Amino acid sequence: MESNLIKNKISTLLKVQYSNMMEYRVEIALWAISGIIPFFMLNIWTNNNLNESINISNIMLSRYFLCAFFVRQFSVVWVVFSFEEDSLLGKVSPYLIQPLNPFFRYFAQHLAEQITRFPFALVIAFFFFIFNPDSIWIPNLGSLFLGTISTFLSFLIQFLIQSIIACLCFWTEKASSIERLLFIPTLFLSGLLAPVVSFPEYVKSWIYLTPFPYLIDFPANLLSGNPTNVIGGFIMQILWIMLFFPLFRKIWTKGTKKYTAMGS
Amino acid sequence: MNFKKYLKVYKKFLHTSLASELEYKTNIFIDLITAILSLIGSIFLLSIFFQNNTSIGGWGFEQALIIQGIYTVLNGITNTWFNPNLTEIVKHIREGTLDFVLLKPIDSQFFISLKKIAPSGFLEIILGFCLLIYCIKINQINLNLNFFTLCLITIICSISILYSVWFFISTTTIWFIKTWNATEVLRSFLYIGRFPLNSFSFSLRVFFSVFIPIAFITTIPSEVFLGISQLWKILLEVIVALVFLLTSRKFWLFALKFYSSASS
Repeated sequence: MESNLIKNKISTLLKVQYSNMMEYRVEIALWAISGIIPFFMLNIWTNNNLNESINISNIMLSRYFLCAFFVRQFSVVWVVFSFEEDSLLGKVSPYLIQPLNPFFRYFAQHLAEQITRFPFALVIAFFFFIFNPDSIWIPNLGSLFLGTISTFLSFLIQFLIQSIIACLCFWTEKASSIERLLFIPTLFLSGLLAPVVSFPEYVKSWIYLTPFPYLIDFPANLLSGNPTNVIGGFIMQILWIMLFFPLFRKIWTKGTKKYTAMGS
Repeated sequence: MNFKKYLKVYKKFLHTSLASELEYKTNIFIDLITAILSLIGSIFLLSIFFQNNTSIGGWGFEQALIIQGIYTVLNGITNTWFNPNLTEIVKHIREGTLDFVLLKPIDSQFFISLKKIAPSGFLEIILGFCLLIYCIKINQINLNLNFFTLCLITIICSISILYSVWFFISTTTIWFIKTWNATEVLRSFLYIGRFPLNSFSFSLRVFFSVFIPIAFITTIPSEVFLGISQLWKILLEVIVALVFLLTSRKFWLFALKFYSSASS
């Protein structure tokens, strides 16, 4: 009975959010296009033969950047912005009364958006292969499986981090600026613009202890078949999730206690 | 056009928007840190490119820093003026409040483009100028009147082109109400302005000079800054800027004919 109810909840949430997202197809296509920065970076790398010094062939590097594009597409999170808007408009109050943590709603929203986004990402990948026919390859099932899992874990990490920031809305009202601050290290250190192997030694010595390389670099390496520490990567991803989840629970309970609706 | 009237109105705009922005003081502080980190991040990325190479696309590290500096100044201007105002257009159109703007006895483009100001972008402008002053020192650039006038002209042209592109894209929301993240696509393309145009392959170079005039926005001003630009490039830049400004103006007036308030 209980499990049936949960199953119902999940499928209803997903269905509702999916049909909601289908309404915004053009918008999602545009989001997908705005993620093609890795391809421009690839162009700089290969056009100036910068990759010779880090011992990655042109083909492997182009696969890396294509996978980085995919990982980014399926780990983009915007909870802060949704939650901030909802809390400023006072929509959070009715959500709080429902017997469902509102973050499930956002979670379903993200999953539904990823499903809607998938075909667009495939189309972009198709064009990528037209321009780079050498890099066509079919990843083997194992790396596809591991890559998908690590992409999902990367999405979970980012979702948790942003949810924690979103909860700060209970205190500051405008939490999105903190998210923008945190986005800067994510952009430069996650491997979206340059693979982490190419980083100078003084950064490489500590970067693997932070969550950043596990957001893009690790899943992209897995998917593209570039060498990476598989077990260590998964352990770090899970460790970070285990660290952030209780933190989120704590800040959520504290925040909801603190919460007063607009105008009270 | 009554110039005095517009100046007076603009002073009022400045006053009101600064007053409302300063309500969120911590936000401004966080934005300042974001700006600093983002500059550090892009210099870090540049240093990765130059780790084992002395030049990319014919630009040395010291010279590439100039592009970085000009990009930072322009990005600051975008964040201060263009971004807060032009994202507002979308809101006006979606909620039908554009009616109130059109009814005012003042030019609608003026109102819509300059109403708001985000003071946190100022620091980025200052940071960019500091970097440029440092570049003058390390590149041993001769300062004379000629240098200053040419720099001023090209920078003003870049700002005009940048503004026109932003305004052009925001205007299209009159037809496609939901495509407001077209500006996000633009933002990610403009990101390329951090790197010299010559570092890209030929086809991308053409794309970035014809379709999205990034070449004109950062590369030509940087060449002028270094004193290596030919006269025809500067003239071309002026012509392109004028064409962009006039077209965006015409396009706005044309688009207004199709505006029919919300729910009509």
